[in-house]
Amino acid sequence: MALSILHRVMGCALSVGLLLFTYWLVAAATGKAEYETARAFFGHALVRVLLIGFSFAFFYHLLNGVRHLTWDTGHGLERKAARLSGWVAFLGALATTALFWSFIFLRSGGAA
Amino acid sequence: MSMRSPIGRVLGLGAAKEGVSHWWAQRVTSVALVLLGLWFVSALLRMPTFSHEFVVAWIAVPLNSVLLLLLIGTSVYHSQLGVQVVVEDYVTHHGLKIVTMLLITFAHVAVAALASFAVLRIAFGGAG
Repeated sequence: MALSILHRVMGCALSVGLLLFTYWLVAAATGKAEYETARAFFGHALVRVLLIGFSFAFFYHLLNGVRHLTWDTGHGLERKAARLSGWVAFLGALATTALFWSFIFLRSGGAA
Repeated sequence: MSMRSPIGRVLGLGAAKEGVSHWWAQRVTSVALVLLGLWFVSALLRMPTFSHEFVVAWIAVPLNSVLLLLLIGTSVYHSQLGVQVVVEDYVTHHGLKIVTMLLITFAHVAVAALASFAVLRIAFGGAG
């Protein structure tokens, strides 16, 4: 199915996302001023869109990863089952991403 | 000189020359990351704010420091294993493949060191 390459693409995206995660931790460890700079960076509209993209990559790779692990046990490999679980992973990731950000925005009024 | 017989050296190694160890490590880190990933997402959702004071205090909680270190180590290792497969599949030139893998490995080790040091610095009270 065409979605299978997505697992790799999202995995590679998450490797890049690790850099942002590291930047966040290093900024927090460096000091308040540096952390505020990082916070302004993460709060920028374009970066925010990027973060939403990374969170989708995270949830998709997580759900589809569970799908792969299930396949490794020999289950769910039939054409129909595999197609269905593929859609569950994709749509599930979309829904989880939407839920995650609505929680974050509702909590902080967007001023994360 | 090795005391192992030629057949003993190659049994189970296959075309990758390393047996199933890469495949297995990818699976082990996957399972760990399902747990650690869900923990981190739930932790983010439970944070009332992402202010410096709160985030530093949160990282300094021993359980959070340890889980963050595990998350860093496991995700960096998992990333290294995954990117390695992508490079092996798409970079066909042998020399370029070696150089790319070298740079990718350096980058992964650097990220792991930086992120871990940041967590440890906060955990041991070195961050203001």
